[in-house]
Amino acid sequence: MAAPLTVVLIVAVTVRACLFRSSLADLIAERVEVVSPLNAWKRVVEGLALLDLGVSPYSGDVFHETPLIIYLFHFLVDYAEITFMLADVITAVALYYAVQDYNTQVLRQQKFALEAERLPLDSLELIRSPRQMYYIPLKVAMVYLLNPFTVLSCVAKSTCGLNNAIVALFILSTIKKNALLSAIFLALSTYQSIYPVTLCAPAVLYLLQRQYIPVNVRWASFWWFLLQYAFMYLGSLFVIICLSFFLLGSWDYLPSVYGFILSVPDLTPNIGLFWYFFAEMFEHFRLFFLCVFQINVFFYTIPLSIKLKEHPVFLIFMQLAVISIFKSYPTVGDIALYMSFLPVWSHLHRFLRNIFLVSCVLLACSALFPVLWHLWIYSGSANSNFYYAITLLFNVAQILLVSDYFYAFLRREHHLTYGLYLKRKDGSEATLVLK
Amino acid sequence: MGLLSDPNRRRALINLLTRLNAPICAVCYIAGVAWFMGLAFEPFTLRTYMSENAMGSTMVEERFPAGERALATGREFAAHKKRAGGMPVDWLVKTMQSRGLEVFTQKFSRTLPFPDENKERYMVKGTNVYGILRAPRAPRTEALVLTAPCSPGDDNNQAVGLLLGLAQYFRNQIYWAKDIIFLVNEHDLIGMQAWLEGYHHTNTTGIDWSPLQGRGGSIQAALSLELSSDIITSLDLVLEGLNGQLPNLDLANLFYAFCQKIGVTCTIQGKPCCPDHDADGNEASQRPTMGGPRAFFTCHHCWQVRTNDFSFINQILKLNNLLERLHQSYFFYLMPSLSHFVSIGYYMPAFGLLAVILLLRALDLWVQLATPPVRTEDGIADLEQSSPEVLSVLTPLVISHLTGAALYFFPIQFQATAVEHFPVSESEAVVLTAIAIYTAGLALPHNTHRLLSGEGVEQDWRVLKLIAVLYMAVLLGCTALINFSLGFILALTLVPMAAFITPHRPKVLSAFIMVILSPACTLLFLVFFFQDLQEIPVSFEDGWMLFLSVISQGILDHSLYGSLVYPLIALMVYPCWLLFWNILFWK
Repeated sequence: MAAPLTVVLIVAVTVRACLFRSSLADLIAERVEVVSPLNAWKRVVEGLALLDLGVSPYSGDVFHETPLIIYLFHFLVDYAEITFMLADVITAVALYYAVQDYNTQVLRQQKFALEAERLPLDSLELIRSPRQMYYIPLKVAMVYLLNPFTVLSCVAKSTCGLNNAIVALFILSTIKKNALLSAIFLALSTYQSIYPVTLCAPAVLYLLQRQYIPVNVRWASFWWFLLQYAFMYLGSLFVIICLSFFLLGSWDYLPSVYGFILSVPDLTPNIGLFWYFFAEMFEHFRLFFLCVFQINVFFYTIPLSIKLKEHPVFLIFMQLAVISIFKSYPTVGDIALYMSFLPVWSHLHRFLRNIFLVSCVLLACSALFPVLWHLWIYSGSANSNFYYAITLLFNVAQILLVSDYFYAFLRREHHLTYGLYLKRKDGSEATLVLK
Repeated sequence: MGLLSDPNRRRALINLLTRLNAPICAVCYIAGVAWFMGLAFEPFTLRTYMSENAMGSTMVEERFPAGERALATGREFAAHKKRAGGMPVDWLVKTMQSRGLEVFTQKFSRTLPFPDENKERYMVKGTNVYGILRAPRAPRTEALVLTAPCSPGDDNNQAVGLLLGLAQYFRNQIYWAKDIIFLVNEHDLIGMQAWLEGYHHTNTTGIDWSPLQGRGGSIQAALSLELSSDIITSLDLVLEGLNGQLPNLDLANLFYAFCQKIGVTCTIQGKPCCPDHDADGNEASQRPTMGGPRAFFTCHHCWQVRTNDFSFINQILKLNNLLERLHQSYFFYLMPSLSHFVSIGYYMPAFGLLAVILLLRALDLWVQLATPPVRTEDGIADLEQSSPEVLSVLTPLVISHLTGAALYFFPIQFQATAVEHFPVSESEAVVLTAIAIYTAGLALPHNTHRLLSGEGVEQDWRVLKLIAVLYMAVLLGCTALINFSLGFILALTLVPMAAFITPHRPKVLSAFIMVILSPACTLLFLVFFFQDLQEIPVSFEDGWMLFLSVISQGILDHSLYGSLVYPLIALMVYPCWLLFWNILFWK
């Protein structure tokens, strides 16, 4: 399997290299759908220039990335393009190995369930065979690398690519049962943007599952592991934050980075939901709505964790999707990360209900974003309402996609427990309806 | 959420849509066309009204006292122009200075990609002259622009004379709140483009220009004058901009209101406005905006109308009162006549009905792909379906787009070699190369299949058609948003073809219909139709020459002014059409 993966990597790198050399690179680097005030390359360059002049890069409300990024690029600014291509390659390879390991786990669990005869007879057609699952890791890597969203994000040199790489390494280390590395990478990705802290729950659930510790508050080993993981996570986070302090010698990065993410002062249009609301809101209510919007991202962790505690990898997918949709400054690079997981759930295809509608809407919205931006900003004929309408539609389509996969997943689990052809108590055929 | 989650109702609706697919598509098409035709009638059109309060009732002058003097200046300008053999820059600078304006000049030059036969130019060099009348009482944050193009020969002399007369008249008034810039530009639109790019510090079209020394504030509105003779009989309003942009409706309404007040005949697009509604007004609005650009101040956020009129002082006075950019009135509208307009809410459904046909077709194909014919042998439903070959779907896509790219790049790149080998001029070479590549694309399906090893599976053409139909829907939707007329005309011809093409139709008849409905033939037909509307019908040879010149103008406009029609047709519409051509000849 190494050869096809290498071919995909070479094709992806070639495509990115060609685009870097063309005149489209500058055009793409300015698109608001691809870069946000948090991760634009232009701002990184500004921060580097300020650092070279001896001024704090956070003065002037231009630069909002973390100190580690600025020091990384302090040394690598001449090789920026290679860095971003390498980040994409690392993400793809990490996802490849993670999904491969996960598939092995799934097949093993399925074998145990079959041997223990826990599956009803008529649901045997839902069983997956190794042959079906053989190409899934390659498809995941391909979908991530050749996704137009990823390519655009890489060509724009948005630091979202680096964030995705860290999250992918976190997923790989979690699936490989390495709690320390998982905690460290999670701390790094939380340090980059606050929202991945919600990925703590699926990581803990997965590691508990692999160590055969039941998720039950009465078990001491559950609390002991939780404590260990929390200690590793908080410890690494503390170390990274103190390191950043020592790198720059001041704490200004805290309000500039985390204050910026949480209080959303910059209302540049993007593909998220925040900008329009906060542009038209009265100052009086700003704090209230800010809290409501931000809580929305973290809110789904607990119910989802309770429902999906047996399936932590699907929980990771759901959490990543929720973060990408509801975060304060989303870009298409965030969407590309959770979309690369879709081949892993390709066996749910028969239970998906709205996939046609969702794909059409996503396709149409992706095409309409630049058109309506042009009509609004360059022609002056349209206005922000048009652009926000497309943003809303895009986000609704994403939410529908995620909820559709959730429904399909739960339905398959239900069938695996109760059989594929459902019968009511009197023996007549029943259908499952989601109310 | 009921429809999305209740499986029984969904299934019933989807069954209904797939069973009645063809009839519903036909009904939608007829409804769409009928809706569009009906846009000229009473219930759909609204009477125009002034939305911007600042442009409401103000004191206006009803006479322009210096009319004779303006005519004399015009004749002087004509004499100097003839003597200088081009634009009399020094005389203009001196005259404007004597009227108390701050005068500046700008030089520009541009080499066209190939010689323009309509206007007979290839390497264009010129100078723009402009004078700024500073507002005496206000900070210099906004400006209005009056322009009169300096055309070769005897055209438009009176306009320049009028411009200079107005400069004199305006200088004596004290109530101006905005700077007024009087611009005389050479080589009409190229000079205008150079001036605007210099003013806004952008360089999108590759014109070389010298930087502007003098500048006013941000441009709120612009008026362009063109006068053909000393005696004015009617006023014509030209509204369409580059890429189908339109000025704010307030500007057009203002102009029409003044014409009515003064009692001068006003026309729009050369046709007199009809007080009683009939279908003629509607056909006029169907006119394609594929021709040359009219005004492209719109690209820079200010609005311009081009007029042939001399009493628009009142218009300038009203514009003087604007406190903010024109934003109150409509930007998306159709004007069947000067006193009525159709807003986007009324004309979009016509296009929407046509787009729905494509979506219904896509839904039908999706359902066919998702439910293969279940043959139960041994009581077990055969769920193994051969997944469609990615390569057999990808190859036509790639080849069609490569042909489109060839159609876009080759005509200009290879005009030199074409001129060497064939006895044609450069512009003819470009146009004929374009037509040759277009026709060569028709031979593609046979070559595509030779590349593919093995035969295409029955399912594969459905996948390709699904992709092509969705691609066309998105493409036409985006086009209709930017330029409604272009989008609607393309939809009228391409949608029926897209909906009903399958490999199982009779090949010869379908091929013939497809060629008739292809973009190039649509353009040819529209050239004849347009000439008919202008009431100057042409013979076939003249029509063909006109068609060739339209193509060359389209290519030139793209490289000179950034018009998007040619790239859109070459890089997107044509490959889409080629995909359907591939589907028709699928083996």
